[in-house]
Amino acid sequence: MAFDKAQFSIILFGLEKIMKYAARKYPSFAARLKEKNFIAQIKLRDNSQGRYFIFKDGKVRSKNGIYPSPDITMTFQSAALAAKLMKPWRSQLDVISAMKNFQLGLEGPDELTIWFSETLNLLFTAGLKYGTDMGGGIKRYTSNTNGGPVFVYVKNNKIIRITPIEFDETDAKPWTIKARGKSFTPPRRTTIAPHALAWKSMVYSPDRLLYPMKRVDFDPDGNRNCHNRGISSYERISWDEATDIVAREIRRVKREYGPGAILNGSGSHHTWGHLGYWLSARLRFFNTIGFTPVVHNPDSWEGWYWGAMHHWGQSMHLGGSETYSTVEDCLKNCEMVVFWSSDPESTNGVYGAFEGTVRRQWLKELGVKMVHIDPFYNHTAALLGGKWIAPRPATGNALALAIAYVWITEGLYDKEYVAKRTLGFEKWRDYILGKEDGVPKTPEWQEKEAGVPAKDVRALAREWGTRKTYLAAGGIIGFGSACRCATGNEWARSMVCLMAMQGLGKPGINMGCAQQGAPVDTRFYFPGYAEGGLSGDLQGTALAVNMYQRMPQLPTVNTVYQRVPRLRIPEAILEGKCEGYPTDSATIEGQFLKFDYPAPGHSPVRMYYKYGGSHFGTMAETNRYAKAYRSENLEFVVNQSIWFEGEAKFADVLLPACTSFERWDISEFANCGGYVQHSFTQCNHRVAIMQHKCIDPLGESKSDFQIFLEISKKLGVAAPFSEGMTELDWCKRLFNATDLPNFISWKKFLKKGYFVIPAPKEELRDPVSFRWFAEGRPKDTPEVSPLPADYTEKFGMGLQTQSGKLEFECSSLKRFDPDDPERPLISKYIPAWEGHHTKELYQKYPLQLISPHPRYSFHTMGDGKDSMVNDVKDHRILIDGYYYWIIRINTKDAEARGIKENDLVKVFNDRGAVICAAQVTERVPPGTVHSYESSAVYDPVDEPGYSPDRGGCINLLTPSRMMIKKSHSMAANSCLVQIELWDGEEVTK
Amino acid sequence: MKKWNLIIDVEKCEDCNDCFLSCKDEHVDNDWPGYSVSQPRHGHRWMNIMRKERGQYPLIDVAYRPTPCMHCDSAPCIKAARGNAVYKRNDGIVIIDPIKAKGQQQVVKACPYGAVWWNEEKDIPQKCTFCAHLLDEGWTKPRCVQACPTGALRAIYAEDSEMERIIKAEDLEVLHPEYKTRPRVYYKNLYLYEKCFIAGSVAFEKDGAIECAQGATVSLFKDSNKIAETTTDTFGDFKFDKLDENSGNYTLEIVYQGHKKKALDVELKTSLNAGTIHL
Repeated sequence: MAFDKAQFSIILFGLEKIMKYAARKYPSFAARLKEKNFIAQIKLRDNSQGRYFIFKDGKVRSKNGIYPSPDITMTFQSAALAAKLMKPWRSQLDVISAMKNFQLGLEGPDELTIWFSETLNLLFTAGLKYGTDMGGGIKRYTSNTNGGPVFVYVKNNKIIRITPIEFDETDAKPWTIKARGKSFTPPRRTTIAPHALAWKSMVYSPDRLLYPMKRVDFDPDGNRNCHNRGISSYERISWDEATDIVAREIRRVKREYGPGAILNGSGSHHTWGHLGYWLSARLRFFNTIGFTPVVHNPDSWEGWYWGAMHHWGQSMHLGGSETYSTVEDCLKNCEMVVFWSSDPESTNGVYGAFEGTVRRQWLKELGVKMVHIDPFYNHTAALLGGKWIAPRPATGNALALAIAYVWITEGLYDKEYVAKRTLGFEKWRDYILGKEDGVPKTPEWQEKEAGVPAKDVRALAREWGTRKTYLAAGGIIGFGSACRCATGNEWARSMVCLMAMQGLGKPGINMGCAQQGAPVDTRFYFPGYAEGGLSGDLQGTALAVNMYQRMPQLPTVNTVYQRVPRLRIPEAILEGKCEGYPTDSATIEGQFLKFDYPAPGHSPVRMYYKYGGSHFGTMAETNRYAKAYRSENLEFVVNQSIWFEGEAKFADVLLPACTSFERWDISEFANCGGYVQHSFTQCNHRVAIMQHKCIDPLGESKSDFQIFLEISKKLGVAAPFSEGMTELDWCKRLFNATDLPNFISWKKFLKKGYFVIPAPKEELRDPVSFRWFAEGRPKDTPEVSPLPADYTEKFGMGLQTQSGKLEFECSSLKRFDPDDPERPLISKYIPAWEGHHTKELYQKYPLQLISPHPRYSFHTMGDGKDSMVNDVKDHRILIDGYYYWIIRINTKDAEARGIKENDLVKVFNDRGAVICAAQVTERVPPGTVHSYESSAVYDPVDEPGYSPDRGGCINLLTPSRMMIKKSHSMAANSCLVQIELWDGEEVTK
Repeated sequence: MKKWNLIIDVEKCEDCNDCFLSCKDEHVDNDWPGYSVSQPRHGHRWMNIMRKERGQYPLIDVAYRPTPCMHCDSAPCIKAARGNAVYKRNDGIVIIDPIKAKGQQQVVKACPYGAVWWNEEKDIPQKCTFCAHLLDEGWTKPRCVQACPTGALRAIYAEDSEMERIIKAEDLEVLHPEYKTRPRVYYKNLYLYEKCFIAGSVAFEKDGAIECAQGATVSLFKDSNKIAETTTDTFGDFKFDKLDENSGNYTLEIVYQGHKKKALDVELKTSLNAGTIHL
């Protein structure tokens, strides 16, 4: 007891000395001390011991005892605890435990308590060195992006260059795969996606929001003029005014309407970094204030999630496949790769830059055959060559059934595997043979639907049925535009069923295209962004799996149970009601639990706090969103955005966020975790990255974390939000939560900025996905999926389905809704509800538009905002001083409409019109047109929501109808349009 | 004396634009005194990627030809420039002196490859510098080569004799040798961009159904001379490549087991998909 008190006393006495020393040594710390004048008391709860610190005019001094009226007070339950927690080498778990159990308290205005805590923490970080001196006043920092990690060269606080990372001689050596007499070793560097190379131009974009702004005709205390959103201009306001308005509005809507009145959502993709991410700082803040979250549809998975999952489970992968060690298996054993709606050279898997490219080049070098099934002659086909098969959009399942028909009638499938590992094949077989509906699903039947010559289908089916084949359905673990159309469910279902017929998991027979499944170390722990960073959110992120223990933090809980489905935001606002189905990865049945908006006893949303502005380009039938923003039902809209683009132009108050190059963060190359478990196996090398604060935030912009902290201070919740720590402090906490400290010190990592995680030796490589299943062994790949309770017979044995087998006829659907005509128990061909069978519409709009994920931009990153990506010839075309989005149209269709290359055309249907530049091409068959989704620019020529868009938001045209009724899914690739030359005059209302 | 060369493999270029964008990253908003002043934010393409689609749906391919300054050993721009405004370094790189070249618009016109761009604002001609400012600092390759993910771009620093050996070994060629400017930029698989093909599919009827004719022998005749022969693949497809555009009439002759020989005349203007040939 006495010893503890003595220790506490010494620490308190020492604290003043240390602060003085730091102020002498580090000018930044001395400057910090000049910021505030106040008195901070540190004491025991029973007032038996204490010392107070007087901060005045940049000086600090302290006195023993209890001060009668300090500005802030830090209280410890006991001297022993105080001694323990004030040591520099204290355990973060001890600090969090003390906070959670009220053994450690901090009282006073947030502005001062946070300043005091941060200042104490700064004692550990002041003077830390980071970056590499390159001479000539240039420093090389490191950062990370959605398109790969980078070196950032900075001179005089300005970024001069951004490059991929080339490893030095001290970095870990790469792996080698020996296959068919050859050795394959990846280059010792990281690759980079085009949008990542354009970052300098995006940091210094003229569209950057540099100051907080307010719509000129928005008066929170008077006329709000909601209908002028998207039309009126903005005026600069101070941060204090901006955060005041936001904090006041948060309080007002809670007071006037009760729980649920605040809606918040983000884009699917934010600037990279595990702490500043939308699944981290954003959730921590909004959980702290209570909000109605926008729930995401599984937009890249759709058919896999709502369809394929019922055949094989894989809920943790949202119905997609897993890929462990498939790169090695593919190189060693595979004879043919069928790319089906798969263009990894355009989509980079996800976040994977061009890491997979070299591996596909090796496959080509080995003479592995390639087939590309896609209505668009995509860039993977163009690079690798092989047979191009172009079914009519949304008819892929007719093609799949016809392939199965050939296998069945010619005996070209693995009968033993089907008998032992699957269930319900006979029912599917009979349907395919026409016993159920009298229509045999022959290649000729298929030709009428999908348009692929029957002879080509037979040739493909025979080749596939006699060769070890990898099926790359989508660019990575699933995905693919074909899963985002009216028939997306049935297509994805058949992809799984086809592989079941060929013996999924046997050597050389698996899913993928060498995009994921490289032999890197999956057992080295570094979190992905979906693991929640500092969110404290145990429900909305995967924090509970590892990070909650490894980076102890205060938990956060959103007390509002109401949700709005992302694709129904407009209906929620305009009509005040909608329904949705959840994206739930824990179990197959999670997706069946329909929810309604508004939730019982909850307020409809009245305030919308939007993070970024991407929905016009990325959701469906997006004129709806413009209309919703201009509704009086939304009393307040605040947008926290880096650039003035898209939805940001519809806000009442704009909060300028800085880019990830202007703040601290920490992350790993292509590691998102969550739904794409071990996604870093896309990379040839695992690379952990310290995201240096390379330059100061531009203008008055602030990091998202800092913006939330400023608002938190005005709401009195700053302490639970930041735990008194700066972003750099959190980076260190996250570093300590990983396996990095076993290999490199914090100081070294911070300085160098990256660490290449060594590849395991050959004997320690992961087993191949599904090999265990094919061989009837317990699951041996390194993931806890399915969860233990989802096994039927014994832990690890079988799949997540009720039978544990791969089910051709789905027991989950039998339990849920066996008579659903939109989602039958077996995969069937159901013609698209918008397509060549919808006669009247098809006559009016005879072109079928597909709009896959974009190639040069990512979500809305890289596009618009005067980014250099706009100059890429195949991204946008500069015509009369304006950068137009591109639509690709077959030569014959173009001729029939008098359209030439680079002509401006109007692409339209009943939902809207988009002005594009025409690219006349043979890369699409007649009748199909191709454009990418995700334009960042929404630029209506007249009234927002009603007039043609020059910006290129193709999703203005896509249907908002759910793929199937009992889902929350988009079917953007079932979209009929007409195209005509645009005279530049017309405005439609 | 070692000199710089660039090898561009058209087959490996997929139009990712990493070269184009890294070039802009390096040169927009950055002056490199002694080498270049900053490139305009928009408009210039110091690395200009040209696209060529060949054939007709569904038998097509697409090639991309990245086109930088050729760093010619006999450079017309050097000759056209006044006051040594454009010069060749000992390492083979051609540099436009941004100060001396002011106002010299004729330098742009002198380049037969269209690789020199006019900077309106700064009143100077500009082009690829091979990132000489970086090479002089010890970099081993220019930005475009560093960023290329496919190996389509390779920078070679070698004696001319060594380069001669590589040219032979890898069957490299220069773009438009008829310009006689002796470029230091070499291309591999340039035919994918410069030449054209005749392709088609062969099918036959069996038990009332149309099937792909795999393994059919297809011969190509020009003026009654057989100039090439190939075998159809799984899908009955064949392709004769490296033909000249507008090279006139050809005859295709197809021989397939159990079927009568079939001949087909085609006129080649640009790459041609002859369609499905039914035996």
